[in-house]
Amino acid sequence: MMKRALACAAVLALTLSPAAAQQKSPYADYQKKTTEAAPLELFELVGEELWKKKQGPKSASLEQCDLGQGPGKLKGAYARLPRYFKDTGEVMDLESRLVHCMMSLQGRSREEILKRPFGNADKPSELEYLSMYVARQSNGFKIDPGTRHPKEKEAYALGEKLFSWRTGLWDFSCTSCHGEEGKRIRASELPQLDDPKQVSPLIATWPAYRVSTSSLITLQWRMNNCFQQMRTAEPIFGSETVNSLITYLTVKSKGATYSGPGIKR
Amino acid sequence: MAGPMKMRATLAGGYTDVRVLMTHPMATEQQTKGQPHFIQNLTVKVNGKTVIEGEISQAISRNPVFSFRLKGGAKGDKIEVSWLDNKGDTNKTETAVA
Amino acid sequence: MMQRRGLLKGAAVLLLAGLLKPVAALAAWNKAAFSSKTSADALKSLGTPSAEASGGIVIEAPQIAENGAVVPIEVTSNIPGTTSLAVLVEKNPYPLVAKFDFMESALPFVKINAKMGETSDVRVVATAGGKHYQATKEIKVTIGGCGG
Repeated sequence: MMKRALACAAVLALTLSPAAAQQKSPYADYQKKTTEAAPLELFELVGEELWKKKQGPKSASLEQCDLGQGPGKLKGAYARLPRYFKDTGEVMDLESRLVHCMMSLQGRSREEILKRPFGNADKPSELEYLSMYVARQSNGFKIDPGTRHPKEKEAYALGEKLFSWRTGLWDFSCTSCHGEEGKRIRASELPQLDDPKQVSPLIATWPAYRVSTSSLITLQWRMNNCFQQMRTAEPIFGSETVNSLITYLTVKSKGATYSGPGIKR
Repeated sequence: MAGPMKMRATLAGGYTDVRVLMTHPMATEQQTKGQPHFIQNLTVKVNGKTVIEGEISQAISRNPVFSFRLKGGAKGDKIEVSWLDNKGDTNKTETAVA
Repeated sequence: MMQRRGLLKGAAVLLLAGLLKPVAALAAWNKAAFSSKTSADALKSLGTPSAEASGGIVIEAPQIAENGAVVPIEVTSNIPGTTSLAVLVEKNPYPLVAKFDFMESALPFVKINAKMGETSDVRVVATAGGKHYQATKEIKVTIGGCGG
């Protein structure tokens, strides 16, 4: 894993260059066909079981978890995250909200829950399975994160600031890879993430099944991995840093139709 | 032991569409340094009668998904799909045509 | 009677110990064909060495795959009386990917997800009325990228 990350990052320095004018991705047909052909339902099924499973010292399921639309209301919930939650006083994304529910409803400790937040092909993590299930319930809904509460505006502003914040060994920022039209790492196109037209179809298809590793990936994982690629400190799961970046990208995608879960290369 | 397996069978324009998903590493020789682990046989039955026999290789993707079609068919037809891998493990799933 | 029971119990123990494979494990699997390193050898082992080109076999697949781990391939045969379909990926280390026999109401149609090591022709051989037919389609596979 580390080796591949190093290899990718090394090539990054050599191949970052504006390419030809933006064209429809040559992989569009592949992505459409592979999304239809991917085993997504299997993971969503396990996610559903975990949602209903009684766990923790309180021996409770997550069925009363409030993801922003009311306890247990899942339809459209993922599409309306991140948002401000009164009970925690924070802007939270799906995964941080799931952690909160596991702690408050099931009585589990944060340490236990986050012992293994990111899984692998042989064993996806509990949070990954749950994310797939919950996200599916938002398929077809308009992406509509919270933008009106002062804390939501703060999160967006912080996300925007962090997006061009240079950090780490190589002084990279998100914009180094994602701040300009037409950049590329090897054969992978790098989307310009502050452009609503380019970021919307992406936010609309997370979480996802990553075909190259047969594993489930979520936005918390994506941020963590980006920080790693940037050679900067590992972010804390569900931290304000990560959540504000997710908020920024999701607000930029506001109005698009959520069509996930999806697949990624 | 075997991971989840799911199937959906629906009537569509004169035929029955069957989509079956299975959990399996489908690990190749290369990936396992000589100890491949993959499904070799698939059997599709309709109301107890075998209609498709499949032999597959390690080159089928991990967590295989297959689609088949049957001529005609009726609501309530029992479809069963079973698999057998090179280590002798098996799994199967059944569904009624919707 | 007691002797026979003992024998049966012994067999059960051996079964559990994995020393005796249950009948299910003895299902037919064409090892020779699946171990062939060339398409020609695989087809020979399948008994279909010379299949004539036919437009009656339709291969539906993306023109270019972003990754070779999961390449969705859909195959239909419009040749009347098709009873079997074999799918090969020419440049794979072992070209034969899958073979299906269709009986009763099963239509000669299948959708699979295949692993492709590199850009390659996909070859499909259909058997109908004792004769063999084939078609190919190239699928480009991108190697080297950085995930998504």
